Amino acid sequence: MSVRKLASAALDGTDVATVGNLPAAASLRGASVKFGHFTALSDINLDIMAGEFWTILGPSGCGKSTMLRLVSDLIPASSGEVRVLGKPTEAARLAREFAFVFQDATLLPWRSALKNVELPLEIGRKRGVKIPLGERTPRELLKLVGLEGREDALPHELSGGMCQRVAIARALVCQPKLLLMDEPFGALDEMTRDRLNLQLLQIWRETGTTILFVTHSIPEAVFLGQKVLMLRAHPGRVKAIVDIDMPGAREMRLRETPAFNRYCARLRDLLEEC
Amino acid sequence: MSVTEPTPSATGSRPAGGVSDEVRLRLANIAVPLGTAVTLLVVWQLGVRLFGVPTYIAPAPSDVLAVFRDDFPLLMRNFWPTFFESVMGFFIGNTAAVLIAVAFVHSRLVEKAFFPIAVFINTIPILAIAPILVLVFGAGLTAKVVIAALICFFPTLVNMVRGLQSVNPQTLELVRILSASKAEIFWKIRLPSSLPFLFSALKIAATTCVIGAIVGEWIGADKGLGALIIDSTFNFRSPLLYATVFVSSGLSVLLFTLVTLAEKASVRW
Repeated sequence: MSVRKLASAALDGTDVATVGNLPAAASLRGASVKFGHFTALSDINLDIMAGEFWTILGPSGCGKSTMLRLVSDLIPASSGEVRVLGKPTEAARLAREFAFVFQDATLLPWRSALKNVELPLEIGRKRGVKIPLGERTPRELLKLVGLEGREDALPHELSGGMCQRVAIARALVCQPKLLLMDEPFGALDEMTRDRLNLQLLQIWRETGTTILFVTHSIPEAVFLGQKVLMLRAHPGRVKAIVDIDMPGAREMRLRETPAFNRYCARLRDLLEEC
Repeated sequence: MSVTEPTPSATGSRPAGGVSDEVRLRLANIAVPLGTAVTLLVVWQLGVRLFGVPTYIAPAPSDVLAVFRDDFPLLMRNFWPTFFESVMGFFIGNTAAVLIAVAFVHSRLVEKAFFPIAVFINTIPILAIAPILVLVFGAGLTAKVVIAALICFFPTLVNMVRGLQSVNPQTLELVRILSASKAEIFWKIRLPSSLPFLFSALKIAATTCVIGAIVGEWIGADKGLGALIIDSTFNFRSPLLYATVFVSSGLSVLLFTLVTLAEKASVRW
């Protein structure tokens, strides 16, 4: 299917995903981002197919976060083209095709867990914006992330891990086809992080959403990702794309297998070359 | 390698005296400052009587209490005008400050144009500007309300601007991804974020608005706590003066308490 046909499908409001083959969840064509004289990202070419789980690794300052912000229309491309589900990023944003999970949970402290999850449904409602409703209600989403019974708790009554799970539930409420996650578990302790990793994989399998997950932990990148995108810095470019091909279920024991450790070692070598 | 698990012990159980300890601590928290205050009053009473200090120089606490008993209607007659001036000044001054803060946050130009003027007004001592306002608005209620409003204005303006700008940058990114309108960002994000800042300003205003009203009454008024202070001072009615001062501070405490209760009800995080 041609890009033009997809774009016209997007224009007359038909759901792109239902027209023939699925378009790439996100595609970048020669995309660059410059802040003044500083080049954060340079000539990125990438296709992230629908339903894939990508993790992004790289030294600090390599533009990992910038890439997520580029895809989510928070910053414009200085040159090149970025499309989400075949649409320009702005159209995708307006259609709520993607959601973002930040390193901080960024919950509104005056709203209960449930009210925080409902926030995306409230924004734009009075202006008559068509808000895509997910299959799951906010209550069911809180249950999905294991927070049943804590609907009325205020964020300050929840632990850091719980807040981040509320944030994930909030991101899922419009049933996004692409989930962008910027080191969402970076500030959590290791045990909480392991648990949330497993939970995220379960959510990924159940919702079928595409995930783009920035991390600075090599084991986390290998454990979660089907593909690991390695960026290098100054300017930010694609260093390598590593397919993670491990048979069997992704469970904690996987981390002790030789295959897992080989992937980690390989990525560590790549990271050192950056 | 062996792994040993500690056997569960009775560390979780509370000592039986735990609750009564807590009650005792809470009682002590009230009793200590109260006891100190009572002791000081007793020392004051004994000191005045022992050294035979004339009542017009320093009345004994019992003299002041006698005023509360005998002249209570007089105190109340002068309490209500000051109360209304303070409360109206409080509402007008703070409302103006909040609205101007909103304008400042929405337009850098408005902020650039008016902030220096706001700072300039704030630098004029209230005692210096009060006579001017009495000249302009006359000796009636208006001048006192304006003075009370003026004294509330600046701290609330500064705090409210900070409060409206206190939104976490990632939260702003979040609502941008949700394609929120400016109005939605204001009502759903900025305004609630500013509430803790607003309330700390309102707590300051709750006591300063009373000062404003009393200062206004000093310049020219025939009723109100400020007028009563001037009147009783010039007539050497010191017990009445002291009683009026206590009523004034009682008014501040009342307004402060009301603001604190409103804060507890609306800022639960």
